[in-house]
Amino acid sequence: MIASLPRPLWLRAATALYVGAFLIFLFVPLVTVAVFAFNDANYPAPPWHGFTLDWFVADGTKGRVGLFHDAEVLSSLWTSLVVAVWVTALSLLVGSANAFLMERYRFPGKQALSVLMLTPLVIPGVILGISILSLSSRVAELADDLFGWDLDFLRPGLPLVVFGQFSYIATIATLMISARLKRFDQTLEEAALNLGASHAAVLRTITFPYLRPALIGCSAISFLMSFENFNTTLMLVGSDSPLTIMMYGRMREGASPVLNAVSLFLMLASAGLALTLLRGSSRASRPSQPAAT
Amino acid sequence: MNSRIWQRRLMLTLLLAPALLWLLSLIVLPHLQLAILSLRERIAPHVYEPSLAQYRTFFAEPLYWQVFVRTAFISVAATALTLLVAFPIAWVITKVARARASALLFVVCLIPFWVSETVRALGWLILLRQTGVLPALLVKLGLAAVPPELLYHDATILTGLVYTSLLFMVVPLVNSLESLDNSLVEAAYDLGAGGWAILRKIVIPHAAPGITAGCIVVFMLTLGNYLTPNLLGGKNSQWFTELIYSQFIVRFNWEQGAAFGFLLLGLSTAIVAVGLRLSGQRFVDVMRRS
Repeated sequence: MIASLPRPLWLRAATALYVGAFLIFLFVPLVTVAVFAFNDANYPAPPWHGFTLDWFVADGTKGRVGLFHDAEVLSSLWTSLVVAVWVTALSLLVGSANAFLMERYRFPGKQALSVLMLTPLVIPGVILGISILSLSSRVAELADDLFGWDLDFLRPGLPLVVFGQFSYIATIATLMISARLKRFDQTLEEAALNLGASHAAVLRTITFPYLRPALIGCSAISFLMSFENFNTTLMLVGSDSPLTIMMYGRMREGASPVLNAVSLFLMLASAGLALTLLRGSSRASRPSQPAAT
Repeated sequence: MNSRIWQRRLMLTLLLAPALLWLLSLIVLPHLQLAILSLRERIAPHVYEPSLAQYRTFFAEPLYWQVFVRTAFISVAATALTLLVAFPIAWVITKVARARASALLFVVCLIPFWVSETVRALGWLILLRQTGVLPALLVKLGLAAVPPELLYHDATILTGLVYTSLLFMVVPLVNSLESLDNSLVEAAYDLGAGGWAILRKIVIPHAAPGITAGCIVVFMLTLGNYLTPNLLGGKNSQWFTELIYSQFIVRFNWEQGAAFGFLLLGLSTAIVAVGLRLSGQRFVDVMRRS
């Protein structure tokens, strides 16, 4: 019942209890992960053996390798970063082009194109992965048969991972940038042009500054979604594993607290990113949200 | 004048190029290739023949279609459960809590979903496995003699799936409940309607677009999920995406895997279509909303 209507005591109590239980449900898994990053035991399980920073800093001398000395973890972190930077850059470029295309131009087939642009969001990530995998290996085969070319980037590996993630993150970038461009008052551009500004100057001094919040928000979300992507990546990955794939592999073997340490690091990083973004966007518009993976 | 038209044409072409390149090379052509793969059969090394054998195998082999049906049912259950869990929270955020508390609660609901699904699954693993936190707690409280194994049950998979999906339900629900005019609820109350009648006659009809959008997105994500069922369900998970993975990556039987992929895509599309038809909405609007 809404706040302005009389609410009996039991209803108030029930509401408070429900919200409390909900928050516990939301945060208990995360808190557990964080706490066991500091447990002085070789396995992330109770009981509590005392506080240690080994899982962050140990260098292998005591038989423990912490996050900052674990070559596999560090290299997968680097791989994820590289992939995410590429995906973000591509998504921003294509997303901006799409936004201008859909908001500023009319052409035959526009309606169909706008529906097609949304489809990547309704295709399960696993299927995006296998379809791109099968096309690229077909093309690689053809290139080999016809011309004797060895197109290595079409074999499972990081370039394919970038393409796979980009294939649906581009849709999200398009939606986010279009939404902002739609609200832009185009008479501002016309006024500048009338006053003698060149097209490039208008873009640089008027349109781009207006779009900047959307571009920043969009980069953050693209980066995060790429960094966290699992389904599509799993199908396209070669020998260099990004972080999520590496963690998944280790979790299946039985987790070590190093994973908790990595997770805590990720939580802090994404919480920082989220809070900066929320603070920025609460001035401009509504809070942003990560979308489907 | 003429040169301006040409300039505009040139810009249009330049802007169309990336969109077409993206959609053709990463969406349309890959799915065509997948369709071709699924519709052929290997009769000798490097010799293929068009056939429906892959789809026939799916129906002939009970394991395959049973896993398919199971995945669909659990996904429906997870979607319904997510709606039940998320609705009261969305209601509290939009209608009960005061402005500051409401904004805070909304942000707090979003934060866990900025963390990778892998991390969240790790949390559930540490909580639930036999040597984990919750079984130890149960023993300590005297509720169990030996630590019970809480992983690898359907209920565990369901919990994990609901947990992962909550955000995608809360956000569209909040968006649609926000626009519900409080005076409608007050008027109904003054006219003597009970809580249940208000919910059924006013709130749900108004929130229907948000409910549909949330359910569609959650269902699709659940159906296509791999990580959560696989880690929380172990060998008992029997999730359809695992079959696709094993055909493609483990057994290298791409033809069969492609057919499975299309079956999953078909199911997902069918449910989305039914959801849209039932609620009388357009795809484009729903996707924009969610």
